[in-house]
Amino acid sequence: MSDYEIIDHEHDVVVVGAGGAGLRATLGMVAGGLKTACITKVFPTRSHTVAAQGGIGAALNNMGENDSWQFHMYDTVKGSDWLGDQDAIEYMCKNAIPAVTELENFGVPFSRTEEGKVYQRPFGGHTLDYGKNMARRACAAADRTGHAILHTLYQQCLKHQAEFFVEYIALDLLMDENGACKGVIALCMEDGKLHRFRGHQTVLATGGYGRVYFSCTSAHTCTGDGNAMALRAGLPLQDMEFVQFHPTGVYGAGVLITEGSRGEGGYLTNSEGERFMERYAPTAKDLASRDVVSRSMTIEINEGRGVGPNKDHIFMHLEHIDPATLHMRLPGISETAKIFCGVDVTKEPIPVLPTVHYNMGGIPTNYHGEVVTRNGKDQNSVVSGLMAIGEAACVSVHGANRLGTNSLLDIVVFGRAAAQRALKTVEKGSSHSPLSPSVTDKIVARLDKMRHSAGDTSVGEIRSSMQNIMQKHAAVFRSSSSMDEGVKKIETITKNMNSITIKDRSLIFNTDLVEALELENLMQQAIVTIKSAEQRKESRGAHSHEDFPDRDDKNWMKHTIMWLNDKNKTKVDYRDVHQNTLTNEVQSIPPAARVY
Amino acid sequence: MADFALPKNSKIVKGIDYPLESDSKNTRKVNVYRWSPDDDENPRIDSYTLDLDNCGPMVLDALIKIKDEVDSSLTFRRSCREGICGSCSMNVDGTNTLACLKSMDDIKGDINIYPLPHMDVIKDLVPDLSKAYAQLTSIKPWLQSDTPASDGKERRQSPEEREKIDGLWECVLCFSCTTACPSYWWNGDKYLGPAVLLQAYRWIVDSRDENTGERLDALEDPFKLYRCHTIMNCTQTCPKGLNPAKAIGEIKKLQLERQ
Repeated sequence: MSDYEIIDHEHDVVVVGAGGAGLRATLGMVAGGLKTACITKVFPTRSHTVAAQGGIGAALNNMGENDSWQFHMYDTVKGSDWLGDQDAIEYMCKNAIPAVTELENFGVPFSRTEEGKVYQRPFGGHTLDYGKNMARRACAAADRTGHAILHTLYQQCLKHQAEFFVEYIALDLLMDENGACKGVIALCMEDGKLHRFRGHQTVLATGGYGRVYFSCTSAHTCTGDGNAMALRAGLPLQDMEFVQFHPTGVYGAGVLITEGSRGEGGYLTNSEGERFMERYAPTAKDLASRDVVSRSMTIEINEGRGVGPNKDHIFMHLEHIDPATLHMRLPGISETAKIFCGVDVTKEPIPVLPTVHYNMGGIPTNYHGEVVTRNGKDQNSVVSGLMAIGEAACVSVHGANRLGTNSLLDIVVFGRAAAQRALKTVEKGSSHSPLSPSVTDKIVARLDKMRHSAGDTSVGEIRSSMQNIMQKHAAVFRSSSSMDEGVKKIETITKNMNSITIKDRSLIFNTDLVEALELENLMQQAIVTIKSAEQRKESRGAHSHEDFPDRDDKNWMKHTIMWLNDKNKTKVDYRDVHQNTLTNEVQSIPPAARVY
Repeated sequence: MADFALPKNSKIVKGIDYPLESDSKNTRKVNVYRWSPDDDENPRIDSYTLDLDNCGPMVLDALIKIKDEVDSSLTFRRSCREGICGSCSMNVDGTNTLACLKSMDDIKGDINIYPLPHMDVIKDLVPDLSKAYAQLTSIKPWLQSDTPASDGKERRQSPEEREKIDGLWECVLCFSCTTACPSYWWNGDKYLGPAVLLQAYRWIVDSRDENTGERLDALEDPFKLYRCHTIMNCTQTCPKGLNPAKAIGEIKKLQLERQ
């Protein structure tokens, strides 16, 4: 493989990804004195955290409602449809308060209350007194909270002189013969050189894979590269059937309109002008959990009450809200509605449709951020040297359905936790064990094969087929027959990867090659997603199975874990849901019917 | 008269014409700057005729359609496609902007696309922004405060104080403004440019920041700040509707006030 120059780096820790999770981890590690490399395929402030809008959940109680982290925990467990691990959820909700305070201290430009405290707004599924009233818990910087947090974390990393490798795409993990992770190989896009990063911990903070679908709020770069690297490293992904559809993607463009717009008083109507959410969720109404709202909207459309000439979408109204409030609290989505659908939100409703938004599934971890797998009877076997955080990870704090504001929370809480863990487990400056050259050769061979692909099918063509299959067969509602058909189609289209063609042969900023690598990553996750969905014979959270419309706690209150081998064959197993809490400060929340 | 001419290898030549293989009536010609460092070829303009009935409305949609369906070697940055990540800044129809926010309907005639002006080009529409990023780092763009919050929790900031940083912190670092500034074209090595000065002012007026004096000291320099000649291209071009020229003016005022 002498065609490729390989540059070696040795660090204590290697972080892959520079979104909120990756930056928070990097910051904590650098500040704690670990020699840390942060590798990212886009400049840090371009990561998709930047697009988060509504807020970050924490029971700061700034609005004087006697909010508490216990209420937040209850809402999160209920929101997860009891698939979330309660120890991890307790950890997240409790640590939310210091984590958000810390963000403010870092300089996040949060909106403010009259008292000068961080402003908090209502959000879907967030309640007081265990579901009795809606809580104001989403700490917001207007409707650009993700931008505010991501830029601030990058600024803090600059302050601590963190070492970044920008526009490097990670190719694969360096796994030794004992199944331990020893680092990662990345391709520098600017000059096409390969870099081998050795680290005592490698932290995957590579985000979600929304781009397996045709219509998603996710950025083009959301291709779940870390998830696919984990699969290729022989590790399973967990709960991949749970894909969140956000109720309010802009019809057509698919761009996000924050749930915070309903938090500020917005509501949905059907073709009869009816506020239909009152029928489906009498208490929370438009602020029910996202899975509930997306299902309700889909039912309205399926029953012929959609709006527009094709009756295929729903209206979201903000025009009754004071324009000054819209200007102060929702400036970003006002601009988005204008640009992407020509709507003046002070005068007309926004056409919206449930749109793929978030992946609850990912790389299974414990609440320290360490990757775990099932090893025979041991369901929590830690994979040496490997961590995962953020949307790439499945801790699992979101279970079968994530509450709004809990993703920004997830990234900062577990980014911080991963840093703390690495500071405990990694000996600073310790030497790296030798690694067999075959580990590198295998990775380079995969790159070389892809780079010289000379088939007859373009990346765009295969990607578009895959996205359309997923959109149709792994949608808001799924049925056995539809998913069976989807599995067959995905298996067929996977074979087309062998006839892929790359036109750009250059090694300089070869986005043709990068997109092909990303497509391979997406395809592997598409297989695991639809096959995980196909085998779960119940409905829970975001997984609504038409043939099994009820939740089945007896048989299915368990995490799916699925492996994929190099022949694209899957293997399934399960892990128990952690119903235990972390401490005695709170009681385990027993499963109950989920009513909003 | 002196004869000004570009060096031979900088002259842009006519490139490949990709006609449309359909009889659509709703077509548009997109002319794109192409250059690769791999060969000694001059930069060229490739022309792609697209069927707009089968294309999204934005300039970025057109570029993606070209890459997916016509010429996968076309190289550009993109990510969020909703104007918040700042990746796809480029020169469209003579103006620096984000391709994802620029509607093709707003452009008359052919759509001409070039990389951001006066930056080194890595390839096609991808400029080298490393100098601009380094300039951002140079102004220490992070909260500087040694006093902890009085109750050990959040720092308090009134809504009025908070309002002062509106229109500043929302910058997406696309550098459309900086690369539209003639002063930056001439003195980009020493002048910080509007994007970075907007960030400098963001920290100067944040009520939580305690190093205002040091920040102003660091900018008190004939080049870093005062190469701004109020040309206003920055404000004119900002795809997010921000006003870097005003921020720079405010910094100059503060410098005067403390003299």
